[in-house]
Amino acid sequence: MIFKVFKKEELARLHELLAVNIMVGPVARGNDRNGKPLYDFEVVSDFAELALDYTQTVHSPKRFVLPYRETLSTFTLNPNGWEKQVDLNVRHPLVFFGMHACDINALNKLDLVLAKSTYPNPYYLGKRKNLFILGLSCNPEPQCFCRSMGTDSASHGFDLFLTDLGGKYFAEILSATAFDLLSQISCQEPSSKDHTLYKHLTNEKSKRYTTSVDTSDLTKILDLEFASKAWDYWGEKCLSCGTCANVCPTCYCYGVEEQIDLDLRHAGKTRSLHSCNLIDFAKVAGGHNFRPESATRLKYRYYHKHRGFVEAFEEPLCVGCGRCGAACLADITPPEVIASVRGKM
Amino acid sequence: MGGQLTYLGVPLARPRVGFFELTSCEGCQLQLLNNEATLLDFLNLVEIVNFREGMSERGDNYDIAFVEGSVTRQDEIARLTEIRKNAKVLVALGSCACFGGVNQLKNRFRDLDWVKKEVYGDFPIESMEVHPLADFVQVDLEIYGCPIKKEEVERIVTDLVVGNTVRHPEYPVCMECKANENICLFELGELCLGPVTRAGCDAWCTSNRRGCWGCRGPATVANLKQLEEIMHTYGFDRETILDRLECFGGFASFADTLRDKGKKTPTGRKNP
Ligand code: SF4
Ligand code: SF4
Ligand code: SF4
Ligand code: SF4
Ligand code: SF4
Repeated sequence: MIFKVFKKEELARLHELLAVNIMVGPVARGNDRNGKPLYDFEVVSDFAELALDYTQTVHSPKRFVLPYRETLSTFTLNPNGWEKQVDLNVRHPLVFFGMHACDINALNKLDLVLAKSTYPNPYYLGKRKNLFILGLSCNPEPQCFCRSMGTDSASHGFDLFLTDLGGKYFAEILSATAFDLLSQISCQEPSSKDHTLYKHLTNEKSKRYTTSVDTSDLTKILDLEFASKAWDYWGEKCLSCGTCANVCPTCYCYGVEEQIDLDLRHAGKTRSLHSCNLIDFAKVAGGHNFRPESATRLKYRYYHKHRGFVEAFEEPLCVGCGRCGAACLADITPPEVIASVRGKM
Repeated sequence: MGGQLTYLGVPLARPRVGFFELTSCEGCQLQLLNNEATLLDFLNLVEIVNFREGMSERGDNYDIAFVEGSVTRQDEIARLTEIRKNAKVLVALGSCACFGGVNQLKNRFRDLDWVKKEVYGDFPIESMEVHPLADFVQVDLEIYGCPIKKEEVERIVTDLVVGNTVRHPEYPVCMECKANENICLFELGELCLGPVTRAGCDAWCTSNRRGCWGCRGPATVANLKQLEEIMHTYGFDRETILDRLECFGGFASFADTLRDKGKKTPTGRKNP
């Protein structure tokens, strides 16, 4: 890895260089009822709009690579057959300006399934390959348990990662594009003082986590606790609303629907993100539902993330961003659910 | 309109449809005429034999009857029974027809004669307790919403014409609300019935920063017990919740339980 440092004032210049592209970054979205500021990722054109000291965004950056709804193909129907039109909906490269480590890792996890699998998803791949990601260091929030998921720092999946050292940024360069970009602003080699400061900040950050999840032997414990009463407890609270999956940066399940237009001459196929908590998630042709109870559906969400995925890829399908718990109106959070299944509640 | 209707070269019968209204604001029917861009396609798909809102001729020879409105008078029961007899498929169009709709708000009062006097004074008018269609006739298909969402009706009509299974979203409004990346209104200190209300409106209200009033009735899973807890956590009192739950009638039996009073409820109400 190549490291550089540059003065904070240079960041606006960096933004300017990147701004020839469509850019997405964190912006403020007002305050919640307790006065806590809310943030989200939006397309931004002005450097001043960026809220680079943002905490967690309410929604994840997922929609830019995996939209909630996407037309997969359209059809022109005629008496003798049909013509199919496919559009991968890749319009332009996208620059992500200021993504935290958890979300970078979330994209890496999505890659495992949607880009690096036997049958990559071209709609995802097209968008993912056309990203330039500028990562940014963060401060752990009470909801964050990324450290427990091993996703508190990103080692790949970005072009450039900036750590705030106070008056300057410590830059990790991972791509040629990023290297060329930094050569156009005023950068220095990091001094040993910078190294010390970087290490100090990393140590300090570790101390600030207030939430953790014990993952030791978790796959086995989940296996053992398949019939645990804990699932019923959480299932009774669950609204089967799908909010957790929608805000989650790593949930990728979807349903595909075909729809004929009113003129009977056109049709389309649309993919919509779904959630394993929804009542019809495991409903099959003929009407049988394999998971009619909320508790089994909720359990499945945890099994996919913390058991099945771990067995397949040796890492959980969760980056510990805490969004799902924060957004859940029934107050169902992964740290509490997992603790209860482990018998710690 | 049009010649033989075909889909992928396969001839299709153009269903004869009738639109009828009982006690309603006719807003749902108007919604159908509202979409100029697709109106001609819509009219090409079906043969309309009865539509007071859109034409003057009348006919009783229809396959599909779309009935808007709730039942509030004896003569409406007779009309509805007649429509049922003529139609192969009877569709309850909109929340009045499905649940009683806004009209059923008056069922909240114990003394319906008092209500009548408040509204109509001494004008002689018949107005009884409000009922959804299903209290009197078999309803084959319900189209929810106050008003209905025209895109949804167009989809349903297309499905009916080509013979596809008609499906409603089973999940609650939250799913669509989150797909539109709205900040949850509870977080902003506002009340919302989205977590228990059937989706399909594309989170119409919440995407315009107004809490859901549950016009489409309960989702397939409507965890009302948890909703009560949420209301409590976010500091809304029971009357405020009841105002919402009772607005369109879809949550009538739950609201009755919540109100915990011995008032008689109309028969055949949907159990959320
Ligand atoms: S866990 Fe929470 S957010 Fe997820 S479906 Fe259940 S109630 Fe909704
Ligand atoms: S499961 Fe929850 S904590 Fe884990 S990545 Fe998804 S939203 Fe974040
Ligand atoms: S947790 Fe559920 S919704 Fe998310 S990816 Fe897994 S199965 Fe799909
Ligand atoms: S605003 Fe309403 S519909 Fe939207 S997420 Fe919140 S509760 Fe659900
Ligand atoms: S958000 Fe609620 S009240 Fe508004 S249209 Fe949808 S279901 Fe009806």
